[in-house]
Amino acid sequence: MTTIIRRHPGARPRRPVWDEKPTAVGQGLKAILLALLVLGVLFPLWVILVTSLSSRQAIADAGGLVVVPRGIDTSAYETIFAGGAVTRALWISTIVTVVGTAIALTVTVLAAYGLSRPGTLGHRWLLAYFLIPFLVYPPLVPRYLVVTGLGLKDTIWALVLPPAISVFNLVVVRGFFQGIPQELLDSARIDGASDFRTLGRIVLPLSRAVIAVVGLFYAVGYWNVWFDALLFIDRNDMYPIQRVLQSYLLAGQAPHTSGGTSGVTMPPTESIKMAVVVLTVAPIVAVYPFIQRHFIKGVLIGAVKG
Amino acid sequence: MSESTVVVGPDRARPGGSTAPARPTRRRRAPLLARLRRDWQLLAMVAPGFVILLVFSYVPILGNVIAFQDYNPYLGDNPWQAFVHSNWIGFGQFQLLFEDPAFWDAFRNTLAITAFQLVFFFPLPILLAIMLHNLLSSRLRGFIQTVVYLPHFFSWVLVITFFVAMLGGAGLLAQTMRDAGLQPWNVMTNPHTFIVLVTVEAVWKDVGWGTIVFLAALSTIDQSLYEAAAADGAGRWRRLWHITLPGLRPVIVLLLILRLGDALSVGFEQFLLQRDAVGRQAAEVLDTFVYHFSIATGNYGYGAAAGLFKAAIGLGLILAANRVAHLLGERGIYSKS
Repeated sequence: MTTIIRRHPGARPRRPVWDEKPTAVGQGLKAILLALLVLGVLFPLWVILVTSLSSRQAIADAGGLVVVPRGIDTSAYETIFAGGAVTRALWISTIVTVVGTAIALTVTVLAAYGLSRPGTLGHRWLLAYFLIPFLVYPPLVPRYLVVTGLGLKDTIWALVLPPAISVFNLVVVRGFFQGIPQELLDSARIDGASDFRTLGRIVLPLSRAVIAVVGLFYAVGYWNVWFDALLFIDRNDMYPIQRVLQSYLLAGQAPHTSGGTSGVTMPPTESIKMAVVVLTVAPIVAVYPFIQRHFIKGVLIGAVKG
Repeated sequence: MSESTVVVGPDRARPGGSTAPARPTRRRRAPLLARLRRDWQLLAMVAPGFVILLVFSYVPILGNVIAFQDYNPYLGDNPWQAFVHSNWIGFGQFQLLFEDPAFWDAFRNTLAITAFQLVFFFPLPILLAIMLHNLLSSRLRGFIQTVVYLPHFFSWVLVITFFVAMLGGAGLLAQTMRDAGLQPWNVMTNPHTFIVLVTVEAVWKDVGWGTIVFLAALSTIDQSLYEAAAADGAGRWRRLWHITLPGLRPVIVLLLILRLGDALSVGFEQFLLQRDAVGRQAAEVLDTFVYHFSIATGNYGYGAAAGLFKAAIGLGLILAANRVAHLLGERGIYSKS
């Protein structure tokens, strides 16, 4: 890796003196493996992005998917945003994600704080109550009957409420709260702060990293919801984006577009399809880099506690 | 506060007013009412999560009892009435289930896929974590981590869309093969190679994410151990074998337990999405069986029976695996509490 070290003087890593120099073959093999892995992730994303921005001619020449870009043609995106099933599904997914993440974070943070103090009334019982669902999943059929029995079918609440507390996230947040120095909480109590006030004024400002990570987990979960939509959303004008993606790309049913159905200059279906994929990936790729640096910190605590 | 009535149980008394987490030596117990007055805010905080778990986890778990019913959704106006009015038939659904060849196909497929992935997927995050950990350049390591964690956040719909686009009948691979004058093959619909396909998909999605726990464990291994071993003449591989792997052992055992406890779950959406393209014979697993033979057909009691059977075996497996871990001197999942 010596060549790499020189290219990044900022990192300034050093091989310990006792470590022997790696063999050229070993290094080469490792570099190839890691490069293949990175390419394996990025290449499909690249092809899909390029195809979504390709003109009819470029797609016809390539015979389907386009690897090498030849100019940029945004007509696929224009068609999608002219209105129709995909735009509506993007809105519904956005609403589900925003509302769901807000509710789930509130519920999780409150429960995590309420469970972070051994010695409170019923602590051990409550903790067991919250941890058992980690081992015993809610079964599919009764869960379906409960959600439909509550009349949540064809509402966003069927997608928002059932996953609003994940035991894993709860354990991660609780572990973080328990790592906050006790003296801080004690001093707040001496100053007469209530538990709610302590949580809001002292604990939360210290917990931005873990809340960002858990918030990302929830947001991604809500954005990715597919099966619950298959179960609980029958009206196709209520479909979230994953459901549209699945019925359009995997099951091959064209979404009913209300705008631009005259069909004079429709962009090629291949680029529209890939544009739907890009729009489904985009929010995740956009948010993820900002939160990724907290992963090790946030998840490490969960791993140690779990 | 709904749970103030629920949560009367044994616990430790907290020394008056202090929020110190644990002073278990002092067993002086304040009167219930005083503790309630002291802790009501914390209990109120727990309430929303309590209710959500009650409604969406505990009630469905109890709802498993419809496995012993001839549940008829058309009795009454809603599922509750249907439940009350349906006949109890004991183990009838289970009898039907065990005589159903489709069920045993799903059972076999599930176990085969679990076993296959245990061999070909489980070790990969460990290897990748060791490789990443040994990279000297922290920038390069950070870049690779950023890239390989990303697919974990994609939905299965997306992942399979990617695979169809790359490897499907109209995908990039087939396109390239056709251009080269070769007979294109479509792995996305081939039942014989399906087990490999789903494993590759799972690896693509989660191999990077799986490294996180191992990277965390690797960073806790004492560096002086390596130095001492090197001074004693241990080479790269011997250090790997005698220091790195033993250092990872608790995490490996823990994840093995969790995986074995989950042996009957192999990823639900992944299979549901591909079942129709590949065919039931190869692609039906227990979870998709439950779906297809209950909600998709309206035969709720039957699906509930299959789900309950799976859950019971899963719970037994995880308890057994944890027991084995304890016997081997590992911590397992719930040694402390």
